Amino acid sequence: MFKILEKKQLSADVFYMKLEAPEIARNRKAGQFIIVQVDIDFGERIPLTIADANATEGWIALVFQAVGATTFKLSQKNTGDELPALLGPLGNPSVIEKKNGPVVVVGGGIGVAPCYPIVQALKDAGNKVIVIIGARNKDLLIFVEEMKNIADDVIIMTDDGSAGQKGLVTIPLEELCKSQTPPAEVIAIGPPIMMKFACKTTEPYHVPTTVSLNSIMIDGTGMCGGCRVSIGNETKFVCVDGPDFDGHKVNWDTMMMRMGSFKSREQEDFHKCRLEAQAEKLSSV
Amino acid sequence: MSEHYISAAELAGSAKTEYENLLTRINAGPLSAKDRMSIPEQQMPTGEPKKRAREMSEVALGYTKEMAVLEANRCLQCKNQPCVSGCPVNVRIPQFIEEIQKGNFKAAVDIIKQTNLLPAICGRVCPQEKQCQEQCTVGKTYKSAERAVSIGRLERFVADWERENKKITMPEITRHSGKKVAVVGSGPAGLTVAADCARAGHSVTVFEAFHKAGGVMLYGIPEFRLPKAIVADEVENLKKMGVTFETNFLVGRTDTLDQLLTEKGFDAAFIGTGAGLPKFLNIPGEHFIGVFSANEYLSRANLMKAYVKDKADTPFYEAKNVIVTGGGNVAMDAARMALRLGAEHVTIVYRRTRDEMPARKEEVTHAEEEGVEFRFLENPVEVLGIQSDDRAVNGRVRGIKALSYELGAPDASGRRSPVAVPGSEHEIPCDALIVALGNGSNPLLVRTTEGLNADSKGHITVDGRQATSKAKVWAGGDIVLGAATVILAMGEGRKAAASINEYLAK
Repeated sequence: MFKILEKKQLSADVFYMKLEAPEIARNRKAGQFIIVQVDIDFGERIPLTIADANATEGWIALVFQAVGATTFKLSQKNTGDELPALLGPLGNPSVIEKKNGPVVVVGGGIGVAPCYPIVQALKDAGNKVIVIIGARNKDLLIFVEEMKNIADDVIIMTDDGSAGQKGLVTIPLEELCKSQTPPAEVIAIGPPIMMKFACKTTEPYHVPTTVSLNSIMIDGTGMCGGCRVSIGNETKFVCVDGPDFDGHKVNWDTMMMRMGSFKSREQEDFHKCRLEAQAEKLSSV
Repeated sequence: MSEHYISAAELAGSAKTEYENLLTRINAGPLSAKDRMSIPEQQMPTGEPKKRAREMSEVALGYTKEMAVLEANRCLQCKNQPCVSGCPVNVRIPQFIEEIQKGNFKAAVDIIKQTNLLPAICGRVCPQEKQCQEQCTVGKTYKSAERAVSIGRLERFVADWERENKKITMPEITRHSGKKVAVVGSGPAGLTVAADCARAGHSVTVFEAFHKAGGVMLYGIPEFRLPKAIVADEVENLKKMGVTFETNFLVGRTDTLDQLLTEKGFDAAFIGTGAGLPKFLNIPGEHFIGVFSANEYLSRANLMKAYVKDKADTPFYEAKNVIVTGGGNVAMDAARMALRLGAEHVTIVYRRTRDEMPARKEEVTHAEEEGVEFRFLENPVEVLGIQSDDRAVNGRVRGIKALSYELGAPDASGRRSPVAVPGSEHEIPCDALIVALGNGSNPLLVRTTEGLNADSKGHITVDGRQATSKAKVWAGGDIVLGAATVILAMGEGRKAAASINEYLAK
């Protein structure tokens, strides 16, 4: 059982959760993820990237958006509650090296959370790190202070201009690519469409770009192929060959298409769960 | 192809009458070989095919007491005992059958368990018609393996009887060695090693990546062939013997194997991680929504219980017209599962003919009875998907492009190779495609463990006692053999455990 040590709401549907998980924290490296279940008998297995961890204190932190049944049920748990199942750390750790040039890390929406441990690791390796954070509006920005504390520079972009500059993350990204000191490497994590366009931006400048894919998963250990993506001409499994891949080789259209496999069911479940939770609250008043 | 269905009640009724006749004859004097050969073979009672095809409950209902005693008395107790050598672990078959003849069911299962620790499972899933029953003297006399003594059904009967009547005896573990054994994987190989090492007095921990133990017996073999309650009981029995289970623990990631052997202080380790890497067709369109490996399809249903639609959070893919490609037991399982998940029409597409299909004849028959259609000498070459602006349907599979084949010269497996017929391309519509072409070895442990040798297919290399190239590490089951059977995994588990116990005794 994994105790929830801390839980807070970061924005409308986005939550932060710190979990007691010494075994996972011990071996965990930046870029890895876990698979969580809220119920052993009928619960779903879902992947969530580890946003932060501390091996000495024995905890990991998750940041997630409530979009379906499991994420909604997770968001209803509180400090002191226990989760029955947590598997990790999964996936290949991010490759962190000292580069001869700035490393630009682009985080979109809740993708900023998994960027955080990567920025920490890059800094530990002696890199200059520029972080670009993007969100639809200022209320949806997360991890801003945390990034400002460790990155060399933080650029904020909002779609509506309510914070930082108005526009998409690809604008400052392209400017950096064109500058006198272009990035030695770009790491982009966020909604697939954002990662796709970040890669399209860096491609003409031949900047190596790594992305972290978030396919639908079931087991997370390589035995089912549900998370398969097309990289170059090959089929790879995100759970064991990834989650990091060369962004310029990802077949984004296929990946985004497969991500929508259960969209209507997800929306139905989320709606149902919210109604049930509301009904429960009303009946207990 | 489907013969007239006889209900379980009818079969039970006939068995009662035959049983009374048998008792009369036995009272008159010992049975001769001729007497035994004239006892009618006892069919396995099953649920009515079209009804059971929509339910998850077990299809093979099991013998009644009368059926078991009748069937056991068909055994000639022949001197050569060819059945014993036909069994991969050499269960003392004539001896346990003799006990059933006398009605001593407990004594029978105790004999089995001296060799085979999972009779409730093996009695259900072993391909007996290719093992013990293929060698049976009675079958050979009739020149038909189908008329052999139903050894598997008898094994299942006594195992179920023991469990249902709560007669399971726990082995006495008298000494505790203070040595620790790590078992990686809770499938048949791992559970067998756990039992044998626990019996020898060692402290055993089984590490399992999933949230429940059982391996392929849990996620792969469907509920209607192997009820999960039986697998759970076997795991429970091991816990009663003192075995610890750590679920949600992926060795190679949560801890590496080396960390277990050094930091965590394990004195020996056994790798039973199985063949869990699905093979895809590698044809265009395999990424369309609605194309699943059999592993994914079965895991969603068996392990995640997606078929309990109002309770399970795991979605399964609704499909009315399902194609399964492949001809093994897994293909049969996936096809029959699709029926139970609501498909109106399920077709198996196989590139050779019925005779070359590796699936058990029993599974093929059950599938046909339930209404699965078979298309032979055909194979998909492309998967077709819907192109639409409507995001709800865009990218969903709508059919396959298939080629027709003829059988040519034999290949390495000895079966005649399928040769494509030029110009025979045709489309077969479907809204889901399940790929059941077999599995390769799970590569994680070999990738993350130094000094662990494997062949080009990822099968861990072992010597005659299941020892790997790495000190203190043994391996067995599908990770060594490639995708095989529960009984072979168990056999390797027993060999490995014997070697581990010998090593730890030093």
